[in-house]
Amino acid sequence: MLTATKTKELTLIQAINDGMRTVLREKDEVIILGEDVGKNGGVFRATDGLQQEFGEKRVFDTPLSEAGIIGTSIGMAMNGLLPIAEIQFLGFIYPAYEQIMTHATRMRYRSKGIFTVPLVIRAPYGAGVHAPEIHSDSVEALFTHMPGIKVVCPSTPYDAKGLLISAVEDPDPVLFLESLRSYRSVRGEVPEEKYTIEIGKGKKVREGEDVTIISWGAMMPVAMKAAEEAEKGGVTCDVIDLRTLYPIDKDIIAESVQKTGRCVIVHEAHATGGLGNDIISIINDTSFLYMKAPIERVTGADVHVPFWALENHYLPTPARVQKAIHNVINF
Amino acid sequence: MFVSEKRTNKDMEIQFPVLQVVNKDGKLVDESYKNEITEDLVRTFYRQLVCMRTLDRKAKNLQRQGRLGTYPPFEGQEAAQVGSALALDEDDWMFPTYRDHAASITFGKSYSILSSWNGRVEGNLPPEGKKILPPSVPIATQLPLATGAAMAAKFKGSKQAAIAYFGDGATSEGDFHEGLNFASVYQAPVVFFNQNNGYAISLPISKQMNSKTIAQKSIAYEITGVRLDGNDIFVVYFETKKALERARNGEGPTLIEAITWRYGAHTTADDPTKYRDQKESEKRRENDPISRLESFMKRNGYWDDAWIQKVHDEAIEEIEAAVRAMETMPPPDVNDIYDYIFETPTWTIREQKEQYMKHLRGEE
Ligand SMILES: Cc1ncc(C[n+]2csc(CCOP(=O)(O)OP(=O)(O)O)c2C)c(N)n1
Ligand SMILES: [Mg+2]
Repeated sequence: MLTATKTKELTLIQAINDGMRTVLREKDEVIILGEDVGKNGGVFRATDGLQQEFGEKRVFDTPLSEAGIIGTSIGMAMNGLLPIAEIQFLGFIYPAYEQIMTHATRMRYRSKGIFTVPLVIRAPYGAGVHAPEIHSDSVEALFTHMPGIKVVCPSTPYDAKGLLISAVEDPDPVLFLESLRSYRSVRGEVPEEKYTIEIGKGKKVREGEDVTIISWGAMMPVAMKAAEEAEKGGVTCDVIDLRTLYPIDKDIIAESVQKTGRCVIVHEAHATGGLGNDIISIINDTSFLYMKAPIERVTGADVHVPFWALENHYLPTPARVQKAIHNVINF
Repeated sequence: MFVSEKRTNKDMEIQFPVLQVVNKDGKLVDESYKNEITEDLVRTFYRQLVCMRTLDRKAKNLQRQGRLGTYPPFEGQEAAQVGSALALDEDDWMFPTYRDHAASITFGKSYSILSSWNGRVEGNLPPEGKKILPPSVPIATQLPLATGAAMAAKFKGSKQAAIAYFGDGATSEGDFHEGLNFASVYQAPVVFFNQNNGYAISLPISKQMNSKTIAQKSIAYEITGVRLDGNDIFVVYFETKKALERARNGEGPTLIEAITWRYGAHTTADDPTKYRDQKESEKRRENDPISRLESFMKRNGYWDDAWIQKVHDEAIEEIEAAVRAMETMPPPDVNDIYDYIFETPTWTIREQKEQYMKHLRGEE
C-alpha cells in the first residue's frame, strides 16, 4: 500500500482537498459539483483551488438543488463520468434522499449491472461548532440502512485521503462523511503521492486488554480521551476506528472483543436505529460466549440535535464514555 | 460547466417590467397611489426601516465581539421585508427564512429573535397568537407549508392568507415548484414573496437559472407574477397588499419577485471577496432603500429633523434594551432537549433523559 514516501502535515480538510486533487489529476472523467464548490472553493474550503487548477468544466457550481445535484450525478456516472458531488451539510441531503434510495443504490440491480453508478457523495456532518439549526445532523444510519451504497467516515487526514481515492475508484456509490468539527482541529502526516485505503476495513488505534471501544469520525477524539483517562485508573482499552460504516469490518471487532470480553460503542447519532445496534449484532453473532458484560452504548438521544446553546448536552463526552467503561468493568 | 450562451430573449423582461412607485431619487413615479400615501404610512415605513437596519448592524457587531454566533445579515433588503410584512393582516400566516428577521419583527416578533443565533430555541417563538413560523433554514422547504396553511384557511372559510419568504437560490429546489403548483391547483390564498438579492451564497443568479426573471416562473403555474423594485418600500407594500387582497378574494396565489441586494456577506462565516468585488457591491448603496425614502420625504415635505433624530435615538435605545434582555436571559433548560419531541415522551426518551440528568447531577 505505502512505501517510503514524502509526507506533509495536513488538516483533515486539506487531506480531503489533496485526495480530490489527486484523482482529478489522474483521471479526466473525475468531476466535482455542488453548491459553492467552484469559485468559492466550498463553504468550508474543501474544494479550494480546484476550479482554478482544473477549470470550470470539471469543477463547477450547481443550482441550489440537492435532488438535482444527485440526480444529475447519477446520470453522469452512468454515462462514463466519475462525479464527486458535494452536499453542503449532511442535514441538507434530504431532498436528494429519493434519488439516492431509488436510483443510485438500485441501478446495478435493476439493470443486472448494465447501468452502474460510480458516484461519490461527500457531506460534512456533526455537531459541536455552534452551527445553526439542521447543520449538525449525524444521520449516517439513514444511509447504512440502504442496500447498495457504501458509507465511509474517516477520522484522520491520512485515512481521509486514502479512503476518498478508494471511494472514487469504487464501482458503486459511496457516501463519504466528513466530521466538520475535525476539519481544522485534526492534523496528521499525509503522503504526497497517491495511495488507497480499503473500504470495509477498520483500524486499531490503541492497544489494550480490558475493554474494546468502537467509534468513528468525530467521536474518535472523544473515545481516545476516555481511553487515556481509563488507563490512569488501570483499565486499558483497545480502540477501534471503524472508518467504514457499511460494510462494517466484523473481523476487527470480533478479534478485539474476544480478547477483552467488554465493549463500549460511541456514536454521535441517535440511539434508536443507530449503527451501534448493528455492531452489537455483529458481536452477538461472532463473539457471544466471550462477553463478560453487556455492551454499553454512548450515543446521542432520540432527540434532534439541540440548538447550539445546548448541543454539548447532546454530544457524547469523554466523561460519559468513562462512565460506560466503568459499567462494563464493574458489571 | 455546460453553461450555454445566454439567450437574449427580452420578452420576459418586457412582460414582467420592474414596477416602481418611488424611484431611486425619491421621486413619485406612479401617481395612482398618491392618495394612499399618508404621513402616517411614511413615518411607519421610516421608523421600521431605521429600526431594522440598526438591529442588523448591531447583530453584526455583536457577532464580531463574540457575543453572537454566526449571523446572516440582511442590510440592503429592509424595504422588501418591512414593506411586505406591513401589508399583512393581523391574523395572516408568515413563513420567513433565516434572513427575514426584518419581516418577522415588523409582523410582531420580538427582538429576542436574535437569541436564536446564540443557539437559543426561545428566539424562534412568536408572541402569543401570532402565526410567525420559526425561520426556515432548509432552503425552500417553507413554501409547501405556506401553501398548506393557506389551503386550510380556504377550507375553513377564513379570511387568512399566508406569505412565504425565500431567496433567488430557493427557486432551484423542487419544493419551490411543488409549493407553487399546489397553490395554483387549489387556488390557495398565498403570496410567494421572493427576495432576489442576486446571490445564493457565492452563486450569482446568472448561474442559478437560465431565465431572465423569477417572476416569469409564475407562467408555468398560471398564477399572477409580479416583478418589482424591492428597494422601493412603496411598491413592495402596495403590490403585496394587492396580492393579499386577490388571495382573500379567491383569485389565487401570486409570485412576487422583489429585486434587491445584500451588501454584506451571506453570513458572518462567509467571505464575499472570494466570489465578488465588494467595492462593486458597495456601489449599490446608490440604490439604498432608506436613502430613497429619505429623498422622498425631503421632496414631499415629510422631513422633520427633530422627528428623524428621535427615530434614530429610539431605535438605538430599543435595540440596546433588546440586547440587554438577550444577555440576561436565564440559561437554557436542558429539559427542553427531551420535552418537545412528542407531546408525551416515548420510553426511550424518558430513559435517556433520566440517565442523562443523573449523569449531570453526578449521581451513580
Ligand atoms: C436544502 C438546503 N441546501 C443548502 C443549504 C445551505 N444554504 C444556506 S443559504 C444558501 C443560499 C440561499 O440562497 P437564496 O435562496 O438566494 O437566499 P439568500 O441566502 O440569498 O437570502 C444555501 C445554499 C440550505 N440551508 N438548505
Ligand atoms: Mg439570494
